[in-house]
Amino acid sequence: MIDTLRQALARLRAFFRKTPLDRDLDAEMASHLAFATEENLRRGLSPEEASRQALVRFGGVAQSVEQHREARGLPALDVLLQDLRYTFRTLRRDRGFAGAAVLILALGIGANIAVFSVVNTILLRPLPFRDPQGLVWMASDRGVGGLSAVTYTVAAYEEFLRHNRSFQDVTAFDPYFGDTDYKLTGRGEPQQVAGVAVAGNFFPILGVQPALGRLFTPEECQKGGRPAALLGHFFWQRQFAADPGIVGQAILLNNLPVTVVGVLPASFDFGAVFAPGLQIDVYVPAIMDLYRNTGNTLALVGRLKPGVAVAQAQAEVDVLMPQIRAAHKDWFDDYATAMTELKDHVSGKLRRSLVVLWCAVGLILLIVCVNLSNLLLARAAARSKEFALRSALGAARARIVRQLLTESLVLAGAGAVLGLALAFAVTWYLARQGSIALPLLSTVRVDAAALGWTLLIALAAAILFGLAPSLKISGGNLQDTLKDAGHGMSAGRKHDRMRAILVVSEVALACVLLVGAGLLLRSFLRVLDVDLGFRPTRAAAIKIDYNDGGKRERRGAVLQEILHRVSAIPGIQSAGIVDMLPLDRNRSGGLQAKGRIYGKGEDPGAAFEYVVTPGYLRAMGMQIREGRDFSWQDTPTSEPVVIVNQTAARCHWPGQDPLGRTALIDGRDARVVGVISDVRESGVEQGSGLEMYLPETQADPEGAELVVRARVPLEALAPSVMRTLRAYNPEQPAAEFRPIQSIVDRAVSPRRFFVLLVAIFAGLGLLLASLGIYGVISYAVTRQTQEIGIRMALGATTERVQLGVIGRTMRLVLAGIVVGSITSLVAAQSIAALLFKTEPTDSAAFAGTVLLLIAVALIAGYIPARRASRIDPMVALRGN
Amino acid sequence: MPEKKLDLLQGTLDLMVLQTLAAMGSLHGYGIARRIEQASGDAVLLNQGTIYASLVRLQQRGWIAAEWGTSDNNRKAKFYSITKRGRKQLAADAAYWQRLSGVMGRVLAMQHEGGER
Repeated sequence: MIDTLRQALARLRAFFRKTPLDRDLDAEMASHLAFATEENLRRGLSPEEASRQALVRFGGVAQSVEQHREARGLPALDVLLQDLRYTFRTLRRDRGFAGAAVLILALGIGANIAVFSVVNTILLRPLPFRDPQGLVWMASDRGVGGLSAVTYTVAAYEEFLRHNRSFQDVTAFDPYFGDTDYKLTGRGEPQQVAGVAVAGNFFPILGVQPALGRLFTPEECQKGGRPAALLGHFFWQRQFAADPGIVGQAILLNNLPVTVVGVLPASFDFGAVFAPGLQIDVYVPAIMDLYRNTGNTLALVGRLKPGVAVAQAQAEVDVLMPQIRAAHKDWFDDYATAMTELKDHVSGKLRRSLVVLWCAVGLILLIVCVNLSNLLLARAAARSKEFALRSALGAARARIVRQLLTESLVLAGAGAVLGLALAFAVTWYLARQGSIALPLLSTVRVDAAALGWTLLIALAAAILFGLAPSLKISGGNLQDTLKDAGHGMSAGRKHDRMRAILVVSEVALACVLLVGAGLLLRSFLRVLDVDLGFRPTRAAAIKIDYNDGGKRERRGAVLQEILHRVSAIPGIQSAGIVDMLPLDRNRSGGLQAKGRIYGKGEDPGAAFEYVVTPGYLRAMGMQIREGRDFSWQDTPTSEPVVIVNQTAARCHWPGQDPLGRTALIDGRDARVVGVISDVRESGVEQGSGLEMYLPETQADPEGAELVVRARVPLEALAPSVMRTLRAYNPEQPAAEFRPIQSIVDRAVSPRRFFVLLVAIFAGLGLLLASLGIYGVISYAVTRQTQEIGIRMALGATTERVQLGVIGRTMRLVLAGIVVGSITSLVAAQSIAALLFKTEPTDSAAFAGTVLLLIAVALIAGYIPARRASRIDPMVALRGN
Repeated sequence: MPEKKLDLLQGTLDLMVLQTLAAMGSLHGYGIARRIEQASGDAVLLNQGTIYASLVRLQQRGWIAAEWGTSDNNRKAKFYSITKRGRKQLAADAAYWQRLSGVMGRVLAMQHEGGER
């Protein structure tokens, strides 16, 4: 054992000391021969005979040296190095081929690494918390409905925490991020910062330690405790230039001094997990006593006790919640809770899309491999004599296959390196796309797992595209190849067969990709076509700050003044104020028709609630179907009024005219004065829920967004709007002027992201397939130059020759299309769930794919066909 | 025609080299080769060059040591000598060969007696 190890080490040493060892051996052998010659001389042989005999007895110096080297060093590695040297030499000679192959591979492998990194980050990698598999997301109302539906009151939270046995602990945060937006003053111009209020045990439960300072103390989480805040890492770097001295200092948030107690680590990104596309700047303690009367405002995350499964927690809560509810007759909600592993809550919805994406990119790699196989086969045909010669000189078949596989590996390796660079660039770009609302996307990077994946796919690709051609070549009949004296012979039918099969499969794969992309694209167009219920173009929103002392009586005058001033800005068509924008945030409240007895299952539950000023509906481009908009004559003292959407009207006053009827809003009367068209409030692809709009003067808003509709380009308006707001209220923070379109874009961004990627892959697949077709046809034409020349000399017309070539192209492509279409029919069924208002058998997607493939094939076939028809019979016949 | 020379079985050359060095002390490559030929009565087919692969193998395993020196007739040569570990190995290998050849002898003898010709 020790001896074997010693020998292995000695061999390794010897591998790196070839020259001195060889010199040593040479000297030793020379002395050996000298001894032998001397002895022979002594035996009386002539000098010539003496040295001849010595050599004979020695038995071949070259073989002995070779034997010695094999015994001494690492022969396998020597062969590999030799193969590598040879490979680099041949590839350098054939730069065009090498460049094309590496580029194609880099695209294929790069796309695969990038997609793997995304899939790994969102689906495979555990969440960046301590023991993430023990974290559970709790959603009330079984997770169905707006934020108000899936959240909890403080009382429900505390009762659950007290009685449950499944969890070590449960924490809460306030998911109404907009409400807790803070104004940072006293440091340059006032600024809006995004904040979230979290329970005191939030960070300990997730296992997040501060990078600097400390977490909240229990005292800071109590009413009357000293105001404290934690800074997000990115915000700390941007706003405070990463100054560690900020810890312990006070900053002004909403004009109140708040002590910065710590800075969170860079690895903690609240937005990436809980609010995709949002960057949270500050964290403040959620003081439970202040949340007691705010209704359902807490999102819950629990940590299971060790050994407890999510299903057990679910079983417990199914029994526990009705018991708790029975003890609290005054609660509105029965908190039927759905428990999901936090990871599932964050990324479960994306699983299908990501798997499809992964498959698409896998198809690309397959197409790349087929293409490479094809290129290698074409090259092999040109090199067949080289290999025949080598094997005639004694190279074993395995040795030649090994040489060819080394070439494939070198190509794949170079492709992988370039692909990695590509993937690094792509992931870097993706991680900075705040506008794509995908969870964890900001943490995407090429990590160790991605590097491992790269190695795996590069190896697999090399074997896949290298093995078939090398077996094909080395298996050929020596004599035939050597005899096959020159160009122009229509030999090598089997090469042709194989290449034709490769092209057909390439076209079929591209067909599947194109159909998939076509279906997703159709769905995306349908999504863009959805009637949102408002018109996003030329409208923008900006968060505003005003001081009404919290009194409805004053709010009307303040808001009217702001709107009056803003409307006076040239280019503003209309303006209004709302607390929450559709597709952005939402909350719900109780809505019923007064006097109606609801049967079982008739009461649809809470309605989305928006508090608006007169003019808001017009500024957003919402449609008033019946009745009127609010006016400034709707005051705190006048009759309470409400506007509902069509869905709410249908639900609560079925078959009646809701106008003038009395609604019960959270138990209080209000007269319905208007009905508007449905607005997509929760998502572009989800139908509208029940909505109600209340005047700012009669209800309490949760924040304020000024919405303006412009006659001129929006960018031109931003400064003057901000100037006007500042002139009225110097403390108006610098806030983003958000085009409403950007809110819609954000809502459809995941779908846009997937469609874009799949479309890129389909385009790539089409390009590669067309290259494959072109390569095969072009090669066939080159080889048949003579044959075509003869036919032309015998009177074949240009058209006939061209048609012949194009006909052959079309036969290949049509075969590919038939195979591909059948496969696509199956594949399309599997992505049916991702489609929006599009059938998996959508004729446009299929017809488009077929037409596109035929068009591309025609072009790819026409170029060699034209070349064929230009062959000069005389030159072709004289050639060789 | 003289009797055909014996092909060397895999591994036997290494053992012969070890034994030669154990018996003769320090020797150079040519000396080892000649000794083996003489000891075997010129019955083995030995391309003398093959001995160098054997020598480097034994050296790498630490069973023999090598050193450049000068021969009796003042010629520079590399001299090999067996190490302590080499002797141990030799003892083990020799015992193995003896057992094997004994067994082979008995088996072959039996076949000769019982064979039906």
